[in-house]
Amino acid sequence: METQAPLLEVDNLRVEFNTLEGRIRAVDGISFNVQEGETLGLVGESGCGKSITAMSILRLITPPGRIAAGRILYRGRDLLKVSEPEIRKVRGKEIALIFQEPVAALNPVYTVGNQIAEAIRVHNKVSKKDALIEAVRLLRLVQIPDPERRVRDYPHQMSGGMCQRVMIAMSLSCKPSLLMADEPTTALDVTIQAEILDLLKRLKDEFRLSMLLISHNLGVIAGSADRVAVMYAGRIVEEAPVREIFASPKHPYTIGLLRSVPRLGGRDRGVRRRLPAIPGNVPDPLSREPGCPFAPRCTEVMQVCRREEPQLLPLEGERKVSCFLHHPAVGEGKAVAR
Amino acid sequence: MIGQENGNLLEVRGLKKYFPIRRGVFSRVSGHVRAVDGVDLALRRGETLGLVGESGSGKTTTGRCILRLLEPTEGSVVFDGVNLLGLSPKEMRKMRRELQVIFQDPYSSLNPRMRVGSIVGEPLIIHKIAKGSEREHRVADLLCKVGLDPSAMKRYPHEFSGGQRQRIGIARALALRPKLIICDEPVSALDVSVQAQVVNLLMDLQEEFSLTYLFIAHDLSVVEHISDRVAVMYLGKIVEVAEAEVLYRNPQHPYTKALLSAVPVPDPTAKSERIALKGDLPSPAAPPPGCAFHPRCPVAVEVCSRVVPRLLDSGGGHLASCHLVHPDSSGAPP
Repeated sequence: METQAPLLEVDNLRVEFNTLEGRIRAVDGISFNVQEGETLGLVGESGCGKSITAMSILRLITPPGRIAAGRILYRGRDLLKVSEPEIRKVRGKEIALIFQEPVAALNPVYTVGNQIAEAIRVHNKVSKKDALIEAVRLLRLVQIPDPERRVRDYPHQMSGGMCQRVMIAMSLSCKPSLLMADEPTTALDVTIQAEILDLLKRLKDEFRLSMLLISHNLGVIAGSADRVAVMYAGRIVEEAPVREIFASPKHPYTIGLLRSVPRLGGRDRGVRRRLPAIPGNVPDPLSREPGCPFAPRCTEVMQVCRREEPQLLPLEGERKVSCFLHHPAVGEGKAVAR
Repeated sequence: MIGQENGNLLEVRGLKKYFPIRRGVFSRVSGHVRAVDGVDLALRRGETLGLVGESGSGKTTTGRCILRLLEPTEGSVVFDGVNLLGLSPKEMRKMRRELQVIFQDPYSSLNPRMRVGSIVGEPLIIHKIAKGSEREHRVADLLCKVGLDPSAMKRYPHEFSGGQRQRIGIARALALRPKLIICDEPVSALDVSVQAQVVNLLMDLQEEFSLTYLFIAHDLSVVEHISDRVAVMYLGKIVEVAEAEVLYRNPQHPYTKALLSAVPVPDPTAKSERIALKGDLPSPAAPPPGCAFHPRCPVAVEVCSRVVPRLLDSGGGHLASCHLVHPDSSGAPP
């Protein structure tokens, strides 16, 4: 897998927002890649920069935000350097994005069929009639019952789960290579969530898609991702194959996050136990202290953590972690044995 | 004094809330949305009863009807031996000292123009409990109890994070030393790591003030963690009630089984044994005949489409309303 060039390579991406109170680094120098056919799960809590990362890949960041540094290589081409008409060809055709709120992402005054047909016609020279026929086929593909009739429905006539299926149909309309799904099931009920996740998995195999799956839900990530990158305060703190990260998390934040989730069926003998919560709050992006951003909440914090910023460095296998516990600081006299 | 003899703090019987659907120029009532359609619940003193269900199942409406923030269409709500639905508005206002609520959205449930001190202290003014420095003292004490610094009093809600705001909402609910707190999705808007902090806080406060909680949520793992017993709602009705452990280990109703099987497990090695459900939640304006779940039920039989099953005990306080669990559940109530 390593020998093949990745489909998408994000290199040292930095996104800043200029606000009245000062400059915020929403994404602070992150690097990762998505291989052909794999699903990379991007997990983190609100405000950690997951969605901004996805938006940056399609250059959808608008002022006061701006991409301050980095490279986004898609099939070897830097998307940050291409012209506006060229990036428009990438959006939807090469890389598609689906959002958290399917009802809000659809236009309420057009039928879903017209919206899918429009997406097709932006990138392909087909008649409106043919585009509508294609829309019906896509609706059937995402398992909407009675697609010939539903193609004429308006979004408000559909449930949240149905709208998300429409969004998925639309995102597949131009046969993209990379699908970015930003919290695709967060607004949905659990039974519907499970259906949508199954659908995404099936379509991914069928169309040999690569996927960037963004979620705060560790259960969703565990069930769908091949590899996981954990974000905290604009940085990737850990990256590993999905089984390894859940079996033996390395970064104290990942460890804390996994522990703080209550498990279904996790009670024994009727005892209610306290959840091992991570103390404190996410740091204020405006007043950032030097050192590791997790240091103020970390239970294993050392002196060096408050002084220097750890880098995301390789560990054994395909794993990477950004923590001085695993990579003693360069020049640090006493390396901590662990 | 129905409630006191058997140790129940709250007893809800046959609670219904129908919202009229109005049409046309004369706003003629053309139908009803049966948001809550005959709910029976009992809360023992000091316990946490989890109420779970998907959106539109009527969990929140049930909570609001108990507090009479919405006027129920039918039924009785007996709190500490008093039927709340028989109280005058004035009497009800007094009673609200005993029943408080924590809302889901920590952003919209706090007045942005009021300082935290006023938000938490307002119930003390309304119920004429404390004034001046005594009130300030009480507010400071409440803020400490929920893990905030008393200096928070002087600040506005926007200066706090979601988790801290939810703590403010909890302090406000505690101000009157209530017996029952209805927690309506109190942690759904919070991040995982903060969610755990708030769940722990609620459990600590319950012990300290011997509170009783009705914990409404859609997250099944959180509900399992915090609840002593859990009730599952579907389309305005309770379909199953059991001790938390029993419900999760041995669910009886097909809906509960499907719901539990759909929860994504944070373990990539876990095999998915999901029970697929057909279709979407039917409209509560036109619920299906018989068992409301039968059109989606993977194991429905002929009787399910004709007869409404009753919620019956299958032993040890494990209640389920399903013809397959209780083949005799079609008969008239005793």
